[in-house]
Amino acid sequence: MSEEPEVVIVNPADEKPGWFDKPSNVNKIVWALVAMCTASVLADFFYHKHTHYDFQGYVGFDAFFGFVSCGLLVLVAKQLRKILMRDEDYYD
Amino acid sequence: MSGSDVTSFLPPGWLLIVGALLVPVLRGAARQAYMLVLPGLGLWQLLAIPLGTSLVYSFMGYDLELVRVDALSRVFGIVFYVAAFISVIYAMKVKSALESAAALVYAGSAIAAVFAGDLITLFVSWELTAISSVFLVWASGTEAALRSGMRYLIIQVGSGVLLLAGAIIHYAETGSLAFGHLGLGTVGTSLIFVAFGIKAAFPFMHNWLQDAYPNATVTGTVFLSAFTTKLAIYALARGFAGEAILIPIGATMAAFPIFYAVIENDLRKVLAYSLNNQLGYMVVGIGIGTELALNGTVAHVFAHVIYKGLLFMSMGAVLYRVGTVKGSELGGLYKSMPLTTIFCIIGAASISAFPLTSGFVTKSMILTAAADGEYTIAFLVLLFASAGVFHHSGIKIPFFAFFAHDRGLRVKEAPINMLIAMGLASALCLVIGIFPSVLYGLLPYSVDYVPYTTSHVVTMLQLLLFSALAITFEMKVGWYPPELRSTVLDTDWIYRRALPWVRDGLGHAYTQSVDAAVAHFRRARGAVLHRIAVVCQPFGTLGEPWPTGVTTMWAAIMLFTYLVLYY
Repeated sequence: MSEEPEVVIVNPADEKPGWFDKPSNVNKIVWALVAMCTASVLADFFYHKHTHYDFQGYVGFDAFFGFVSCGLLVLVAKQLRKILMRDEDYYD
Repeated sequence: MSGSDVTSFLPPGWLLIVGALLVPVLRGAARQAYMLVLPGLGLWQLLAIPLGTSLVYSFMGYDLELVRVDALSRVFGIVFYVAAFISVIYAMKVKSALESAAALVYAGSAIAAVFAGDLITLFVSWELTAISSVFLVWASGTEAALRSGMRYLIIQVGSGVLLLAGAIIHYAETGSLAFGHLGLGTVGTSLIFVAFGIKAAFPFMHNWLQDAYPNATVTGTVFLSAFTTKLAIYALARGFAGEAILIPIGATMAAFPIFYAVIENDLRKVLAYSLNNQLGYMVVGIGIGTELALNGTVAHVFAHVIYKGLLFMSMGAVLYRVGTVKGSELGGLYKSMPLTTIFCIIGAASISAFPLTSGFVTKSMILTAAADGEYTIAFLVLLFASAGVFHHSGIKIPFFAFFAHDRGLRVKEAPINMLIAMGLASALCLVIGIFPSVLYGLLPYSVDYVPYTTSHVVTMLQLLLFSALAITFEMKVGWYPPELRSTVLDTDWIYRRALPWVRDGLGHAYTQSVDAAVAHFRRARGAVLHRIAVVCQPFGTLGEPWPTGVTTMWAAIMLFTYLVLYY
C-alpha cells in the first residue's frame, strides 16, 4: 500500500459533461424529491397510522419533524463554526 | 467443561491472535490466503460451539472463565469474525507484516474479550485490543499519526487500568470475579463503568475516537471502526443493562456529534463523529434494558459494524486513490470511481435507515423500545438524531466525495480486493434489510418485532425525504455551509492545548522560583563567607593577636567553671 496515488487533473470544461453536471438533470432530481415528499405526506391519508404517541398521529408529523430538525441542525452547526473553527494547522 | 473439543484447543479469538505470529514469515499470496482462512476457520469454530458452553481454568486459586458462549456473546463473536473477514479482504494489498499481524491480533483479542466470563480474562483481552490496535494508527508513519496514536494508547490503556482497579475492588467487595450483570452502586462497579464508558466514547471521554481513527491507515481505520467501541457496547450490555443513567448519556452521544459532523471537513473524521452518534442509540437501548431494547441494541451493533465498515472502506478507497478525503478538495469522483460511489450510497442508505436496508430493521427497535418505556425525551432526541445521521452520512459523505463540484480529479477505480470487500458489505446491508429474520434469529431474546409496517415505512420515508428537502433548500438559497479547510475544536483541545499551557505556565513559574531561590541562597552564602573572612583575617576581629593577660583570664574562668560543675 506504499504506492503513491496517481491523480490526473483535468479541466472538467474540456470534457463531455457527466449526467450529474447538467443543471437540467439536477433540477430533475430536485423535482423528483419534491414529488416523493408530497407523495409521502399524501400517503398519510390512506392508512391507519399505528403510533405510540398522539403527536405522531398528525398528518405529516415525521415530514415536519425531519424538515425542521435537519434544517435547524445545519444552521446551528454553521454558527458553531464561529466558536470552534480554527486554521487547518492549528495543532501543528 | 461441557461441549466442544475445539474450544479446549483454543478459545474463540485466539486462533487469530496465535495465528498472527506466522504472518511475518509468510510472503505474498501465501500470506494473503493464510489471513483469509483464519477468520473463516474462527467463525466455523465458533458456530460449532454449542450455546451454554463454559470453559473454566483455575489460576493461582482463582476460577477464570476463559470461554462463555451464550446468545449475547455469540452474536458479537459472529459479527466480529464477519468484520474481520471483510476487513482482511479490503487490506489484502497491505505489505507491512507488522500492520497485518497487528490487525489480526486486534480482531482476535476483541473476540476473546467478548467470550470472557470473568473480569480478569476481560481485562487481559481489553488491554490486548488497545496495544495491538495502536499499530494501525502508527502504521500511517506520519508525525500526526505518531502523536495521535500515543494519545490513543494512553487513553485506551488507562481504560484498562480502571477496569483492573475496579475488578480488584469488586473482588474485595463481593469475592467474585465473574463478569455478569454488575450494576452501579459500588466503587468497584463504578470504576468498571467508567472504563467501559471511555471505550464506548461517552461524552467528554469520546475524543480519542475522532482523533485517532482519521489518522490511521486506509485499511487500519476499517478494522478500528469495527471492534473497540462495539466491544465496549457488549461489555455495557453484559454488565449494566437497565441502568437508567445510560439513557441520558446515550441520547447526548446520539445528538452532539452530528453538529460536529456538519462542519468537519475530513470525511473520515465525519464518519468518526457519525460512529459516535450511532453508539448513542446502542447506549440508550442498553439503558432501557428491556428485551426489545437489548435485541435492538444487538441488532443495531450487527448492522452498524457492516455499514460503518462499508462507509470507512469507501472513504478509504478515495483516500487511497486521490490522497485526501477532505471535502474541500473532492468532488465529481463518481466519474472515476462509479462502483465505489454505488457501494458508498448503499452504506449511506443503510446508516440512514432507508427501507430495504439494514438500518431500517434495527434502529427502529430501539426507538420503539424508548416509546414503549415512555422515555419521550430520549425518543425525540433519537428521532432528531436520525434526521441528523441522514444529513452527514447519508448526504454529506457521498455528495461531497463523489458529486458536488467536479474538481477534475481523474483516478482509477478502487483496487479489485477493495471492491470485493465493499461489495460483500453492501450485499450484507441489503440482505439484512430485506430478510431481517436472518439477523433476528441470532439475537439474545426471541423477537416479535415487525419492521415492515405501513406506518413505519411511510413515517421513515417522510423523515428522510423531508430532511433531504431541507438540505436541498438550504443549498439552493446558499445557507448551506461550504466545506472549509479547518480544524474544529473538540474536547481534545483540553489535553492538546489547555493542559500543556498550564503545564508550561506552572513549569515556567517553578523554574523562575527555583532560580530565584538559588540566587538568593548564593547571595546569602556569599555574604556569610565574606563576614567570616572579614572577622577571621589577620588583624580582623578574631584575627588580631590576643594579649597574654586576657588569655590567662579566659583560662582561669574555664578552670573555675569546671571546678564548679565538678562539685
